[in-house]
Amino acid sequence: MKECRLYDIAKVIRSKNSGPFQITLDVLFEDGETYRKIRESGIISREKVAALYRMEPERIQDIVFFDKALGFKITYDRDISSGTCGDRDVYGAQQHGPLAELRVTLS
Amino acid sequence: MKEVKILAPCGILGYGFPKQSFLNGLEQEPDAVVVDAGSTDAGPHKLGGGVGIVSEDACRKDLELIITEAAKRDIPVIIGSAGGAGSRIHVQRTLAVIASIIHKHHLEELPASVIWSDIPKEFVREKLRQGRLEKLGNAVKELTEERLEETGNIVAQMGHESIVEALERGSRLIVCGRAYDPSPFAAVALYGGIPLEYGYHAGKILECAALCAEPGTTKDCMLGILREDGFIIEPLSDMRRCTPLSVAAHTFYEKEHPYLLRGPGIVMNLEDCDFSQHSSSGVMVKGSRIEKARVYQVKLEGAVLTAYRTCVIAGIRDPILISILEEVERKVEEQTREYYSDVDADSYQIRFVNYGLNGVLGDAEPRAEERGHEVGVLFEATAATQELADAVCGTLRSTFLHYGYEGRKSTAGNLAFPYSPSDISCGPVYEFSVYHLMEIDEEERKRLFPIEALDWKQEA
Repeated sequence: MKECRLYDIAKVIRSKNSGPFQITLDVLFEDGETYRKIRESGIISREKVAALYRMEPERIQDIVFFDKALGFKITYDRDISSGTCGDRDVYGAQQHGPLAELRVTLS
Repeated sequence: MKEVKILAPCGILGYGFPKQSFLNGLEQEPDAVVVDAGSTDAGPHKLGGGVGIVSEDACRKDLELIITEAAKRDIPVIIGSAGGAGSRIHVQRTLAVIASIIHKHHLEELPASVIWSDIPKEFVREKLRQGRLEKLGNAVKELTEERLEETGNIVAQMGHESIVEALERGSRLIVCGRAYDPSPFAAVALYGGIPLEYGYHAGKILECAALCAEPGTTKDCMLGILREDGFIIEPLSDMRRCTPLSVAAHTFYEKEHPYLLRGPGIVMNLEDCDFSQHSSSGVMVKGSRIEKARVYQVKLEGAVLTAYRTCVIAGIRDPILISILEEVERKVEEQTREYYSDVDADSYQIRFVNYGLNGVLGDAEPRAEERGHEVGVLFEATAATQELADAVCGTLRSTFLHYGYEGRKSTAGNLAFPYSPSDISCGPVYEFSVYHLMEIDEEERKRLFPIEALDWKQEA
């Protein structure tokens, strides 16, 4: 059993707009074993992600695992649309931090 | 077996690409050069303000090489979402650049056409009344007729249909208004007898050019080799390589769902795709599926001007101020608002962004309480007029600079300004007011995306 950050075991961990009203978080792994362990651990849940981002779970539109790419995707509604007053990240490219810092334990 | 080769020079027209990669691509005798010029990534300002993503010079530099080299070899060139947002003014600016290239290189015989994508407001209003507009996501505000009226130029993302028609008419240079990014690629594929599923899926990958390779970039060329039973993606520079994972991962990119992708009148399903190493640097993709959407919908985009902005960037290095920064900011705002008590309080807004505390994530930042030795503060006023934004921001700055907070030791000034003048008038701020799917029929589709032949001799 070792505990680490999701950031340490992911090959790609990124955020990006999917259109001006949503942000999508992608986490991709290099090997199938790590990917399956994360998928089966159940740690990536709507409640967990909502807590990480201090948002209502309803704002999360989708959490989908995609075996072909050894990764999962989390898409949520922005509170402020891209590029208008009050937005802090027009491309949505730096919103991955809280997810990256999630502590996970791999058996 | 049928085969269609598509050369994608770069991810956004004007981003540039190595000439050698492009020439390597041309050596493979592609059936078309397709380049995407648009994106909503940079926010609503491009569409709202009628400005481009890249400079005119950058656009000219890329286009001159593409158009002249392709013309020599009689290879069609297609530009998607011309000018950045694809509205009439964006397309016209691109056409002016192209016209100068055409005349400079005496290419007036080149058959060319433009496909417009501007949607008349009356048309959208009628669809709104009929309930045939559907907002794209919960975060999109309700579209009222009043808000529609305030919205600037509206565009719709075209599918492959009009582009195929332009190819059938013999165009060798096609300038598209707003297009669904993969559409021009799908059009070339379908025109060459390749199934639409591979055209759209390859297009989804190729529209970002070499971003799906390792190392990834939007500034290098890629080749798509499309066949009836799949397609191959290949970099055109020795320094890049595609792997099944890099290409599969790109299928993921900037879309809300990893394997269900919606386009004009279509839904792609890439769940059962197979990605395999085809050559040392190329990847083969098979198993993409596509379905006709239940109803034909196009995505509309329109922006409304919401405010004018003035901002200041400043640094703070005083430990006491950093420890109570948010409280000081609240008081500075209060004092500024008191000073403007004669102005309608709702006609302007004040915001502080504290880099080093929670500048990137705002309220979502779990570590906002961690304090470093310095903080970058960006503060701004947004208001109904530029004059008011300038005035409020100026008062905010002078109040902040000299604010005498509790326990203050650095009594000469609170802010380190990197610039003189410190205040930056940023101009108008826009918001996407129209981001909706609109249901249309085939007759309407033809009418909304008209093809116009270009006569370079007349332009001269």
